[in-house]
Amino acid sequence: MPSSDKGASSAVEMVEPRGGLGVAMAAIFKRDLILAARRRSDILNPLAFFALVITLFPLGISPQQALLATIAPGLLWVAALLATLLSLDALFRADFDDGSLEQLLLAPQPLSALVLGKVAVHWLMTGLPLALMAPLLGLLLALPGESYLVLSLSLALGSVSLSLIGAIGAALTVGLSRGGVLLSLLVLPLNIPVLIFGTGAVQAAIIGNPVGPHLAILGALCCGALMLAPFAIAASLRISING
Amino acid sequence: MWAFIHKVGSPKWFYTISARLLPWCWTLAVTLILVGSIWGLAFAPADYQQGDSFRIIYVHVPAAFLAQSIFVSMAVAALIFMVWKIKVADMAAAVMAPLGAVMTFVALFTGSVWGMPTWGTWWIWDARLTSMLILLFLYLGVIALRGAFTSRDSGARAASVLAMVGVINIPVIKYSVDWWYTLHQPASFSITSRPSMPVEMWWPLLLMVLGFYAFFIAMTLMRTRSEVLRREAGKHWVRELAAGGA
Amino acid sequence: MSARLQARNLSCERDGRMLFRDLDLAIGPGELVRVEGPNGSGKTTLLKILSGQFDDYQGELRWGDAPLSRVREAFLANLVYLGHTTGIKVALTALENLAWYQALAGETGSEAARLNSLHAVGLSGFEDLPVAQLSAGQQRRVALARLELTPRPLWVLDEPFTAIDKPGVAALEQRLHEHVAVGGSVLLTTHHDLASQGGVKRVQLGEGSEHAIL
Repeated sequence: MPSSDKGASSAVEMVEPRGGLGVAMAAIFKRDLILAARRRSDILNPLAFFALVITLFPLGISPQQALLATIAPGLLWVAALLATLLSLDALFRADFDDGSLEQLLLAPQPLSALVLGKVAVHWLMTGLPLALMAPLLGLLLALPGESYLVLSLSLALGSVSLSLIGAIGAALTVGLSRGGVLLSLLVLPLNIPVLIFGTGAVQAAIIGNPVGPHLAILGALCCGALMLAPFAIAASLRISING
Repeated sequence: MWAFIHKVGSPKWFYTISARLLPWCWTLAVTLILVGSIWGLAFAPADYQQGDSFRIIYVHVPAAFLAQSIFVSMAVAALIFMVWKIKVADMAAAVMAPLGAVMTFVALFTGSVWGMPTWGTWWIWDARLTSMLILLFLYLGVIALRGAFTSRDSGARAASVLAMVGVINIPVIKYSVDWWYTLHQPASFSITSRPSMPVEMWWPLLLMVLGFYAFFIAMTLMRTRSEVLRREAGKHWVRELAAGGA
Repeated sequence: MSARLQARNLSCERDGRMLFRDLDLAIGPGELVRVEGPNGSGKTTLLKILSGQFDDYQGELRWGDAPLSRVREAFLANLVYLGHTTGIKVALTALENLAWYQALAGETGSEAARLNSLHAVGLSGFEDLPVAQLSAGQQRRVALARLELTPRPLWVLDEPFTAIDKPGVAALEQRLHEHVAVGGSVLLTTHHDLASQGGVKRVQLGEGSEHAIL
């Protein structure tokens, strides 16, 4: 390896931390977007899974439109929840395997902020597409007309919390060789409030009740998760990296 | 102050002190539970609506109390372990998890058995029972996560984080399940939220609740002691202890 | 504040096994410290503790005049750590990887610096290929390019010679000595025999919890 004459001749100086948290977060966000764009199947898999699960329900229960319409909000939300879960295991896995997670932990920036960049990409690549796709599947389940917008809104808002809470589970299990099943055991119980208020919003829209309160609570859950989850994710990653 | 905290947290100190406390805790637990159950089962008056089947609350209610309290104690122990690196706290958290899971299961089981004469079905999606079921899953998650790590120390830290995340979530889960329940079944009879209870029924229940708590403390002390011995098996003082005892 | 990392009475116990006890170690400007010991003696754990990744230890770590935990970000800004894994994304090009590392330090960084550092590790002409198309040794060199990318005084290297060919090993070794000569400090583990042992401080970790500083 030829050494650079320039680098070796100058004395090494102490470096002051530059700050630049914004630069670092933007870089993480951009890198994960590029990686996602280069592996598109990872984005499509949860969507295909979502559609498939929704297809199974009429086959397993009954094709009756009236029955499907009553259970549609719950089915759509549960299927979206499971689809999110499916994609979570990969959230930190690749970074863990190639060592860039270790380097992320060594960045002179607060880790809890840096992981937000990764979670944001996860939401953009999973939660948002699921929310946009849900109305289409709602059609298959004869979801009543008034609730399509609310379905998308509640999923878009709720999946932020799902990504954040899920990232805690993913961070806790990333060092384990078979973390997938354990991940669902850890994450699903914590996601129950989001599920309850998410389906609640859609059901309220169907019967013509105001949906504002439900969406407000979903928003509150999202804020709570935004405030607390990053610290739990950071702490969990530090544990897993030394597992 | 620091020296004191670490002295209290040292496994050896804990082992010595707990040996003195343990007989008292057991005596208290056994007495309270014995008196409480005899009083509750034999002498308390029967319920005017449910007859004798209500007497299962003398197990159900204390178990449900403990199920929740143990999770909180576990999270507090986890916090102490994470902040002050006191290993005894983690050993206590480790033995509390299965105990809490068992108590949750007992509460669920007795609730279900109670449901049969009251509602005519083994299971009903009652708000309390549903929250209890979710709590059971939270316990199982903590236990499974601890076991999944090959390194015991990493497993301990991971389980601690999860316990703390869980304890923050429990009120949120409870509130949302209550909300969900009132939305779907507004006017149904809930077994555990009864308006009033005659004093003669109430006293034995209080004894049972206190007895269960004493049992929990005794059980935790006892099992933490064996955990101390197991984890510190290579240490000098444990070897001396074993040599002296043999 | 000087670029001096100091460990006092450092002890680490993992899963009931004492890896080392009461280790005193200082790494200052112009010093090369090599941690030696058989497999499983805790070399990697020691390096992880000394690079601030692992805080389950007893004892004290200081960076300059302050406890490390209090000046963590200043410490990390002065550190390059290379572990067993390269930390390089194989789906990205070498340039993209290096740009990410520049940004993690909070700087936008220049393309010229990236190209220079790749040139320094002998990867000219491979800048825009996805790293997946490079050999294991070349991937390792992309990681080593980080040493040139942002000049930082403290290098903590866990088995840096892995997968690198003979001329590369010699050049890297020479580079380490150059870094020390201009006032940098290097802490490394390696099974490879360094050609020149001059000026190398050695820390030997034993199978038990004993250690020796030579």
